[in-house]
Amino acid sequence: MRRVSAYSFRRLPDRHGHFGPYGGRFVPETLMTALEELEAAYRSAKGDPRFRKELDFYLKTYAGRPTPLTPAGRLSKALGVRNVFLKREDLLHTGAHKINNTLGQVLLTARMKKKRVIAETGAGQHGVATATVCALFGIHCDVYMGEEDMRRQALNVFRMKLLGARVMPVKTGSRTLKDAVSEAIRDWVTNVRDTHYIIGSVIGPHPYPMMVRDFQSVIGEETLRQIASERLPFPDALVACVGGGSNSIGLFYPFLRKPVELIGVEAAGLGIRTGQHAATLSVGEVGILHGSKSRVLQDKDGQVQLAHSISAGLDYPGVGPEHAYLKSVGRVEYVSVTDKEALEGFQLLSKTEGIIPALEPAHAIGYLLKHRRKFKPSDTIVVCLSGRGDKDVEQVSKVLEI
Amino acid sequence: MTRRIEKKFESLKKERKKALVLFMTAGDPSLEKNEALIHSFEKEGVDLVELGVPFSDPLADGPVIQAASYRSLRRGTNLRKILGLVERVRKRSEIPLLLMSYLNPVWHYGLERFAREAEKAGVDGLIFPDLPPDEGKEASALFERFGIDLVYLLAPTSALKRQKLVARSSGGFIYYVSVTGVTGARSVLPDAAQVIRRIKREADLPVCVGFGVSTPRQAKRMSQAADGVIVGSAIVKALAEHPDLPAKAFCRRYVRPFARALGK
Repeated sequence: MRRVSAYSFRRLPDRHGHFGPYGGRFVPETLMTALEELEAAYRSAKGDPRFRKELDFYLKTYAGRPTPLTPAGRLSKALGVRNVFLKREDLLHTGAHKINNTLGQVLLTARMKKKRVIAETGAGQHGVATATVCALFGIHCDVYMGEEDMRRQALNVFRMKLLGARVMPVKTGSRTLKDAVSEAIRDWVTNVRDTHYIIGSVIGPHPYPMMVRDFQSVIGEETLRQIASERLPFPDALVACVGGGSNSIGLFYPFLRKPVELIGVEAAGLGIRTGQHAATLSVGEVGILHGSKSRVLQDKDGQVQLAHSISAGLDYPGVGPEHAYLKSVGRVEYVSVTDKEALEGFQLLSKTEGIIPALEPAHAIGYLLKHRRKFKPSDTIVVCLSGRGDKDVEQVSKVLEI
Repeated sequence: MTRRIEKKFESLKKERKKALVLFMTAGDPSLEKNEALIHSFEKEGVDLVELGVPFSDPLADGPVIQAASYRSLRRGTNLRKILGLVERVRKRSEIPLLLMSYLNPVWHYGLERFAREAEKAGVDGLIFPDLPPDEGKEASALFERFGIDLVYLLAPTSALKRQKLVARSSGGFIYYVSVTGVTGARSVLPDAAQVIRRIKREADLPVCVGFGVSTPRQAKRMSQAADGVIVGSAIVKALAEHPDLPAKAFCRRYVRPFARALGK
């Protein structure tokens, strides 16, 4: 366990939105005023007890918080450690942690009196979570989604339409998540006066990485409270998957100054050496993408490369700037597991606990399985189970021959 | 050393003329064609040329320049080759040349290495659509050392505070984005005259207006309050439709009307 007291994580980002050398606001001038307004609106909301109360109300009565911290006895036994606890974000409405953020941002949208919301989505989870809260508040919602992803995730496209959102096919570039983000930014540049852009992860220009982190921190704060109130052993390690990095930062953030090992698991796809992966922190270089400075998968000319992962939610060539910072100071260890290892985690959790995880957190389980020798028999581990696996069952059935 | 951009605007001012600035994506249809075009542009009375550096994720660009960017990348265009193009042009011409690039390719190349090589090649200015002055202090200081102007942009959404910030940070000129949106033709452009006059009260620098200017008529109207007009997508689109038209003929057909509109 490294010493952590030297870093004052609680005060990051600084007032310019920088996490050390990362973060910031690298956007067209047209958006600068809107980002300043958003930051002011967010800071005022954050300090307003009524906003907090309203958000808590919806988190509880609509999303289903608090989520349980489930002791996973048979999984612990299989891994040879004392305790594994699962933070059950998979039990939330819409099936993943995404709604923690979209509820917060839709309340902010109403507070800013914006009439329209846009969002990007890869597999469709964030798109569905955004369409859901927009239906709840009667706000017009347009979701950008790559044409290729629309084909792969036809059911989520239908869900969003059912919820009253318009799904805008993105036909440029690779027609996947990265281009959906670019297209959403282009829309925002054009309609910034009456539109709020709900980014789905801790990426993008300041204040998004800070704001989305704060909304997702409910995961870690609740975990801390549950450990205390249920008198559970304090964890030795927290493990969560990292794509853009919102569920992991949500779990880690309240623990940054606590004596606990933090492990972020990226997608190694077909293997780091094949080049077909999404392990941005493991092998990406410093770069500027979608409004912030962070680590980016890029070629020798600084062109952004395509990521690959069996899990659409991790399939992104960038990563939140705070993760780049936490890696640089050594507070979080970032590792990666392959598609194959994630599938092993997917099956292990299903068979030992009767819980089918989404492919994203299956990476966290896959990591524990692969590196179980690294842990001591006395260890207690908390895993963020960021989403449920229903959305992935069809895809997995094609890969696995059970 | 007098800078080419400054010198150009000074001489335009003496002649009471407005600058015609043309944009094209470097490497589309080819670097050789770009080279021939720059010389033909100059003969038609174009005052400054912007070369777009292609990028995989051009988030401030509309479909026309996006497509040009992807075509250029497929041909293997990169920063080094674009600097080579500038160097070749510089042997025969003193026309002010600017590179317009998203920050990442230049960042990845190394800012200082790039500044050194860009100066040597004869680049006069840089425009980064995703680098506002708030994040650009270091870059501004660095490029200043190499005598390269870092041009910042203003938009219709920029409040007075930001107009002041850009006015004191920009080099060469100020790029006023005429529309709230991405690059590309618009049939109707908002009246920018009032904003441009306000910006000019804040700044000693010339103000050029771009984004959406696609007809000679629009160029003429936009030039009235501004010091120059930037035409991009209209040229890139014409090039995409007629990649084989010789440079001279292309300019007669697509550039001359803009030059005439500005009294060249």
